[in-house]
Amino acid sequence: MRVWLHRIGTGGLAVALLAFAGLAGAQFKMAYIDPLSGGAASAGVNSQKHVVFFADRINAAGGLNGEKIEILSYDNKVSPQESLIALKKAIDEGARIIVQGNGSSVALAITDAVLKHNERNPGKEVLFFNYAAIDPALTNDKCNFWHFRFDADVDMKMAAFGDAMVNDKSIRKVYLINQDYSFGKAVAAAAHKMLAQKRPDVQIVGEELHPLQKVQDFSPYVAKIKASGADTVITGNWSNDMLLLVKAGKDADLKVKWFTYYGGGLGSVPAIGRDGVGTLKQVTEHHKNVLPTLLPEEEAFHKRYTDKSDELYYWRIRNMFAMLDAAAKKAKSNDPIKLARALEGLQLDTPLGPMQMRADNHQLLQPLFVSTLSDKARFDVEHTGLGFVTDEKIDAAKTALPTTCKMQRPS
Amino acid sequence: MKEIVAFSLLNGAVYGLLLFMLSSGLTLIFSLMGVLNFAHASVFMLGAYFSWQISRWVGFWPALVVAPLLCAMVGAAIERFGLRRVHRQGHVAEILFTFGLAYVIGELVIMAWGRNPIENHVPAVIDFAAFRVFGTSYPFYKVLMMGISVAMFAFLYVAFKRTRLGLIIQAALTHPQMVGALGHDVPRLFVLVFAIGSALAGLAGVIGGFALLTEPNMAANLGPIVFVVVVVGGLGSIPGAFVASMLIGLLQTFAVAIDYSWLDLFRALGWKVAPGSMLREVWSVKLSQAAPILPYVLLVLMLIVRPRGFMGTRET
Repeated sequence: MRVWLHRIGTGGLAVALLAFAGLAGAQFKMAYIDPLSGGAASAGVNSQKHVVFFADRINAAGGLNGEKIEILSYDNKVSPQESLIALKKAIDEGARIIVQGNGSSVALAITDAVLKHNERNPGKEVLFFNYAAIDPALTNDKCNFWHFRFDADVDMKMAAFGDAMVNDKSIRKVYLINQDYSFGKAVAAAAHKMLAQKRPDVQIVGEELHPLQKVQDFSPYVAKIKASGADTVITGNWSNDMLLLVKAGKDADLKVKWFTYYGGGLGSVPAIGRDGVGTLKQVTEHHKNVLPTLLPEEEAFHKRYTDKSDELYYWRIRNMFAMLDAAAKKAKSNDPIKLARALEGLQLDTPLGPMQMRADNHQLLQPLFVSTLSDKARFDVEHTGLGFVTDEKIDAAKTALPTTCKMQRPS
Repeated sequence: MKEIVAFSLLNGAVYGLLLFMLSSGLTLIFSLMGVLNFAHASVFMLGAYFSWQISRWVGFWPALVVAPLLCAMVGAAIERFGLRRVHRQGHVAEILFTFGLAYVIGELVIMAWGRNPIENHVPAVIDFAAFRVFGTSYPFYKVLMMGISVAMFAFLYVAFKRTRLGLIIQAALTHPQMVGALGHDVPRLFVLVFAIGSALAGLAGVIGGFALLTEPNMAANLGPIVFVVVVVGGLGSIPGAFVASMLIGLLQTFAVAIDYSWLDLFRALGWKVAPGSMLREVWSVKLSQAAPILPYVLLVLMLIVRPRGFMGTRET
């Protein structure tokens, strides 16, 4: 279903409609396919705001080679099947870039479908911009020329944790708790590899896979973590699985460092609250205190979206549009193949340091930050009084990992 | 080992008692009206949101009383203005009505409080350690939760078995026409029971709101497990719901603590399962991995072996 929420977000529905109507014909259509209803909708609706926001910024500056970007939104309910139907519709409606992020299973389905479509429909190619699905396979065994990933993958983020752990001698016993599906297993495997390389002295005292989003009461898991004597927990858990785990840890007086992939995701900090201060760590490409002052994008974002839970969380979506804009300028064309070629190897400076799109597997290399929740941060998130402060910055070039990708390029 | 057993007992009991709080109201409503109320968990969610909102204005203790009362009013309104009209269309219409209602309440909650979890933390007045076991402090709110749940059970049991009203409700369960003919206002009885059931759900929501997460999906997340409790315990049986809640709570908690799989059992018996053989994947799943699905396994077994549940008085 096509959803027009982004127009409501702009405030002036009629004005927006007129503006769009006036520009019909000279538009660059991008399809946003992510959950906009159901259990995962909070994530999908939030990132949709980011996509619309950054597309509008490009439009305000004249668009892509004169073409205004139009975002078409489709609700996929995090289902691969629904996504393929949405993809078909999006292509029929003329989308040239597909944007998706929630769920690696969905991303794997889309990347396959996009590859097939492009092989069968020369001249009507579409690109796939993935801003959050971080299964390493997408830029390794399953890589293809049309897919570009703008978020660091599981292994890169784990390596960043490694850099933060390498000198922390208080970490001696690590417990791994993850969701029982491909992503959770990838996190566990990455943790094993990383610890063996960077901290062979650290002992893995326990390993847990629990069903995805089915557990209401994490206290038995926490009792196990406690009994194991762990001082550090590594988890890729997201949404409720993440929040309930930390909550149960607080109830049982569990004193550990939490190395999380999504501990700072939208909605997490209000739910976790002070229980995470000093112990909750995350790895991201951005947080509000990366620089001493707010970035202009953040200020503009807060001016436009004023709800309590509105935060510029997906800096990578900003990076994605910056790369797209630069690629369009470099290619002097909005043709998807030319854009893809221009993106390969493209380097850009950002306020947080240089970034680069790898040519060999289409993985964006951007600076990563390991940060800890603090009550003394200058800028807080979601009006909680709490914010993240950087422990460790990893420059873009240092985040690169070997790839098994054998890229097939169109001739 | 002793530590794990002690904590599993404690955690299992707490979770079980929370489940009982949630399911007691549902089983009450079902036993009287024969309606599987799909919106029950939604009322639980409303309880959580109401109490959070109210405790921001007047503090936690008043909220503990006012939120369930509000839920009772919501429940009474649902019965009086919704279910009673739909009732003439039969059970299917009633179930569809409550099913739809659950969605409506979910969307209303999103409109009022947003999609993200709200900052519903344990209120400061009850955020302290009750006692210490094995060097770990145990939060007071969990003790309070157990206390409320047990009190709820005692209240329902006595009210149902020992009071005149309870007797009338029980009679109306099987012979509504006769009870009506004897001069009792059966429709009013229905409203009353629906209100009490909803108040109990609301009370569970007050505690469950900060024990779990207060977010728009909490109803959908807890709904299925509550139905398991009601079916396993026996539809319409308060003691049955109590036993089933405790059993499920303990079963799930202890299962998490057990890191053995079928493979380990086979190994102990001297059987070998070759690495590539069929079903090896299945045998290698540890019990702890499967813990959260055990209640549903129990549900299926129960429906096959004993469809009326532990203490139910009629077939499901």
